[in-house]
Amino acid sequence: MLEKALVGTNKYWAWIFFLLGVMGIGGLFYLYQFNYGLGATGMSRDVSWGVYIAQFTFMVGVAAGGVMLVLPYYIHDYKAFGKITILGEFMAIAAVAMCIMFITADLGQPMRIMNVLLHPTPNSMLFWDMIVLNGYLFLNAICGWVILNAHNKGVHYPQWVKPFIYLSIPWAFSIHTVTAFLYCGLPGRHFWLTAILAPRFLASAFAAGPALLVLIAMILKRVANFDAGEKAFQKLGTIITYAALANFFFLGLEFFVAYYSRIPGHMHTLDYLFWGLEGHDNLVLPMRFSLTIGLIATTMLLFPQIKKKESTFALSCGMLFTSLWIDKGVGMVLGGFVPSPLDRVTEYVPTVIEIGISLAVWATGALILTILYKLAISVAAKEAA
Amino acid sequence: MDVKRRKFLKIAGLSAVAGLSVPSAFTNLLQGGEALASTAGRGAAEGSQQPAAGGHGGHGEEPTGVQYGMVIDIKKFAEHRGLAEQCVKACHTEHNVPDYGNPKDEIKWIWVDDYAHGFPESSQYKRNAALKDLPVLLTCNHCANPPCVRACPTQATFKNEVGVVVMDFHRCIGCRFCMAACPYGARSFNWRNPREQYANGNYKFYKNGINPNYPTRMRGVVEKCNFCPERLAVGKLPACVEAAGETKAMVFGNINDPNSEIAKVLNANFTIQRNPAAGTKPSVFYII
Repeated sequence: MLEKALVGTNKYWAWIFFLLGVMGIGGLFYLYQFNYGLGATGMSRDVSWGVYIAQFTFMVGVAAGGVMLVLPYYIHDYKAFGKITILGEFMAIAAVAMCIMFITADLGQPMRIMNVLLHPTPNSMLFWDMIVLNGYLFLNAICGWVILNAHNKGVHYPQWVKPFIYLSIPWAFSIHTVTAFLYCGLPGRHFWLTAILAPRFLASAFAAGPALLVLIAMILKRVANFDAGEKAFQKLGTIITYAALANFFFLGLEFFVAYYSRIPGHMHTLDYLFWGLEGHDNLVLPMRFSLTIGLIATTMLLFPQIKKKESTFALSCGMLFTSLWIDKGVGMVLGGFVPSPLDRVTEYVPTVIEIGISLAVWATGALILTILYKLAISVAAKEAA
Repeated sequence: MDVKRRKFLKIAGLSAVAGLSVPSAFTNLLQGGEALASTAGRGAAEGSQQPAAGGHGGHGEEPTGVQYGMVIDIKKFAEHRGLAEQCVKACHTEHNVPDYGNPKDEIKWIWVDDYAHGFPESSQYKRNAALKDLPVLLTCNHCANPPCVRACPTQATFKNEVGVVVMDFHRCIGCRFCMAACPYGARSFNWRNPREQYANGNYKFYKNGINPNYPTRMRGVVEKCNFCPERLAVGKLPACVEAAGETKAMVFGNINDPNSEIAKVLNANFTIQRNPAAGTKPSVFYII
């Protein structure tokens, strides 16, 4: 089936080579970081995680977002998602692959990564995160591949794959819950030490993942002649809206607890993120921007006229995705380190090296996604013919 | 290799029990290794922890077994200005801690800060002016219930038989989960190669040369205070405690042995710990 990815238009190949180019440049940057050490990034003693871990966390959400298609289609037999569900599963594969790359890029001693398997440590949440992420990759690869293969041969998918499909649903929730546990179980970091972190992660994931999928599906409609169907788009819009509402409701709860209780530890990071702390305000503008466009986008999505019109629907999905990307892919992780356990504010600015490597990981994810989608769309075209 | 090194660290810890403070070591031996047996059990259960029962100040059940700890008398450091800095220097020279001269790459095992930053959880409201410029020595607390050990995905950091939270530099993958987990900012990361040399062979970052009794590290691993197992093994006190010398500004020993000097100091003085509400049961105590 893979040969289908080797036949394409000039535009398809231009896109593939563009991605390979970005990956190549990023690869060179990584070579430099590998030789110099993580000092090549903007991270420091006080802000010891940066863009890599923040992007990792966000991508876990995008991966988990795929379940918002799998669940209605396979559990509730929601037929309108027939064409688009495979896109969700393949997006999860690309996103988990990116997660693994971001984690690897963040390791000081990447050659020792197998130590996690050689010395399994169940009390470490990172150990469990490794298990759930690899498990989710495996489940989606199995389900996506077998189902696509069945379509290609024009037969119904085999029954043995069903348990894997059903298992992938709670598993999607688990990947983002365990990822939240990486943060919310640490005693010295007030901003992360909140029981609502996992629900917040899930809510933002179920908005951001499907929002990205809507945008990609709209692009596919134009460039690949693949129409997921208006009904699927509208239902996704509804899912995104409710998830976004839950996300901002949860964020509001964080604000209430911090500013009504007036407990300094609870307020400090929010102060830093939205107002600046002790004169440090690098993240204030992005965070306010994120909150503003996120709320506007959610409000827009509440109006059926806006959601029904493709251009405004795309705009609101794009705004919401950007908002959640800044909130979780930047502010959530960096904010947790401010103030430090010694009550000091150290700010973090990513270096060109770090951004280059991150872009290369995104390009690799996009390449995986492009190839998988090429297969899915070729099979769909064959079926239609 | 790994196994051997861990064994060495454990043996070094054990011999430290015998090497340190003769009377208390003697009692330990008389107890027929009972204390050692119980600590071996603790070692096996590393990462497990008892919930802090009773009160929200992190007081709960008293941990048993050998637990090395330290009392830092800030008043004495205030009387002997400059002494705290000497302790820091002694430690960093002993352990080949590189000096990069910038805060971004900084590595420190023990350092001097002020009361407000050492104890940010305690109230700074209407504090006496004298408190403000006290030299407060900060280092790893070798918690009885260490969050860093719980977080580490490879057991590269673990509690040894004498209650010291140690690092296996050769197993660490550099994920820095322990740094996020530590509520005391005690851990540092090798952001770059500390062994870098000039063309003439001189080290760039080991300003005082290299102490051959302790290994240098490689880039990409976490490091921190380890209560000097290499010194305890030969019957010496930790480098910082030795540097504080006769002032008794620092007292080191097994806090769970009622006959140890440190237990007596703890019994005779009002001491505080950093961020006790985190429930980590720090083994470093302060007399302010």
